[in-house]
Amino acid sequence: MKLKLLALLPLVLLAGLLMVIVRLGPAELIQGSSVPPVEKLAITSLELAPGQIALSVLNDGPDAVTIAQVVVDDAFWTFHAEPTATLEHLRRTRITIPYPWVHGETHVVRLMTSTGLTFERVIAVAVETPKPTLRFLGVFALIGLYVGVIPVALGLLWYPLMRSIGRSGMQFLLALTVGLLVYLLVDSAHDGLQAAGQVPGSLQGPALFVFGAIAAYLTLDMIGAALAKRRQRERAAAGIPSGWLLALLIAIGIGLHNFGEGLAIGSAFALGELGLGTLLIVGFTLHNTTEGLAIIAPLAKGGDLAERVSLGRLVQLGLIGGVPTIAGAWLGAFVQSPIISVFFLALGVGAIAQVTRQILMQSAGEGGITAYLREAHVVGGLAAGVLVMYVTGLIVG
Amino acid sequence: MDWKLSRRSWLHAAGFGSLLSGVAVWGRAVTGQNLEVPHEGHASHHGHVLGTVGRVAPTACSPLTYLRSWNFSHLPPLERAKFYRETARADGTTLREYEIYAVDREIEIAPGVSFPAWTYNGQVPGPTIRATEGDRLRVRFLNQGSHPHTIHFHGWHPPEMDGSLPEHEVLPGESFTYEFDAEPAGLHLYHCHSVPLKRHIHKGLYGTFIVDPRGGRPPADEMVMMMNGFDTNFDNDNEVYAVNTVANAYMVEPIKVTVGRPVRIYLVNITEFDLINSFHLHGMFFDAYRPGTRTEPSDHTDTITLCQGERAILETTFRYTGDFMFHAHQSEFAELGWMGLFRAEAPRDET
Repeated sequence: MKLKLLALLPLVLLAGLLMVIVRLGPAELIQGSSVPPVEKLAITSLELAPGQIALSVLNDGPDAVTIAQVVVDDAFWTFHAEPTATLEHLRRTRITIPYPWVHGETHVVRLMTSTGLTFERVIAVAVETPKPTLRFLGVFALIGLYVGVIPVALGLLWYPLMRSIGRSGMQFLLALTVGLLVYLLVDSAHDGLQAAGQVPGSLQGPALFVFGAIAAYLTLDMIGAALAKRRQRERAAAGIPSGWLLALLIAIGIGLHNFGEGLAIGSAFALGELGLGTLLIVGFTLHNTTEGLAIIAPLAKGGDLAERVSLGRLVQLGLIGGVPTIAGAWLGAFVQSPIISVFFLALGVGAIAQVTRQILMQSAGEGGITAYLREAHVVGGLAAGVLVMYVTGLIVG
Repeated sequence: MDWKLSRRSWLHAAGFGSLLSGVAVWGRAVTGQNLEVPHEGHASHHGHVLGTVGRVAPTACSPLTYLRSWNFSHLPPLERAKFYRETARADGTTLREYEIYAVDREIEIAPGVSFPAWTYNGQVPGPTIRATEGDRLRVRFLNQGSHPHTIHFHGWHPPEMDGSLPEHEVLPGESFTYEFDAEPAGLHLYHCHSVPLKRHIHKGLYGTFIVDPRGGRPPADEMVMMMNGFDTNFDNDNEVYAVNTVANAYMVEPIKVTVGRPVRIYLVNITEFDLINSFHLHGMFFDAYRPGTRTEPSDHTDTITLCQGERAILETTFRYTGDFMFHAHQSEFAELGWMGLFRAEAPRDET
């Protein structure tokens, strides 16, 4: 009993201290009370409907902010604020502006606060924001299919070929896979940190990204270890390959990455920043076909792991790796939120890192990673993987 | 009538058949979120409506009051006497004494948007000073602001009255009396000449200085317009433009004039940061006298362009009743607040 009270004491004192700070305001004593308020607004999303611009606005600063006027393309314009034009810390409001924006052209929306500060959002290319109709769901499913599912499935078709190559050929392929994954890792980390920069400051995007990635890594590692333990017991009885387990983990990692990629494609397309031309689809398809290769590489590994995997299982892997692109594209198109992008890109990075480590450990075997990374065909494979991603990435631009 | 057409295209109000509905939309627009508009009318989301939202709070010298007041004529006599005194002199001229003080004040330059101004007598533009050629001016200037300020008058005066050199600066809490004769007849201005000049001017330290010729000008409905701008976010560029400080003020409350009665506008450009400003009047032409020092008009036009510090007297007479827009003919300035309306009414029956 006494111990419990003692445990509560610091909390009670802390609450008291907070009250004193709020009441007496030592910050005001330090800076004086005539310091102007710190105003920060973040325009978190933007929708264009015919003759109308709508914004979601978040107060990202410590002090209350009143949106007094709206200026569109250097002209004061009428607007409606719902529910309020005065925002407390971290409160949101929706601003609708009846404005005759012009398809395909650039517009600039400025919010003017009661102190005359302005916060700006550039609409680089104005196109109507898609509404979640069946038709648009279909269109984005198709985009996801093109850039996610089909390429991964195509990559999987190499499965029979890969079963017939020798041990060093196999090591080359696995190294190639590692090259591909490391490239994806760098790419996703860059995208994720970039998206983190767009997140309102008070939501601490970079921290979300880094810890999201670490969490994904540890979680996948934990699940992988648990599954491996179970499979080891079952394997004796049912003969399920451990190559399958690794393939599954890679598929999950790539699936998470593709979800992030789908988000980016969906939102860029919806924002009109991406003309989804033929060349771009070709680029993504080539780029992602290599992901299919990465998934099946462990299944084809020579030696004791060369068990046969059924077609059903292959399809399963393909779906896990590719279908998230569709879900990502949907979400990205209709919910313009950098924070969601940060979150999923972080998960993707963590997952890919874990999978990469797994492949390296498994293919290095007893010789150890240092010796493994000195073999010419391994280094060649790594370089080839990175090169393939870089070159196909050039097409995407 | 073409002014109707241009007004409508200005509103971008697609689908409006009549001017009336356009007016209804403007009414809705300016009353904005705060005030209920009584009639149904066409709601603003059917059209696209330019302009500020809401209304500014009334002040002692609101744009409509400022427009037609000089020598503190908007104040009641007792109050006025604190700032302005006239004494007849033997030679028939008048000694005019002014009390001008500089003070920092937040002013509202667009509905809900405040600006940390430096002002003369708490208002932007400062009080209009008006004298007749040959009058003696005695302006006692008290600096109650937070920075050194001066009053620099345009017109004839000896160098020690110029209010421009470092030794002319009046430090906070100190005062100085400017004394000179009002010359020449014409439209002039005054402003602070402390450095940095840009900031002292754009923060609001300026006003109009009118010198009437001996015997005066022909009678007219006279008004003062200072074209100004405000850099609200301190990026050396104006976010808000206006005549007489408040964006769209005369759009919300049109300036009433009478058909057939001459109108005289004392137009001064004090806009900082932009090279020029301009004045364009719809549906009519005017005589321009730049800067009002000669009796022959320098121009007969409907648009006049002025550099910073330039000014012109504009004279015209309304022929038709109705609303006549006036605005900068730089569309950007117009759409950022420098736009207003004259409402011409039929003369009252005087029988």
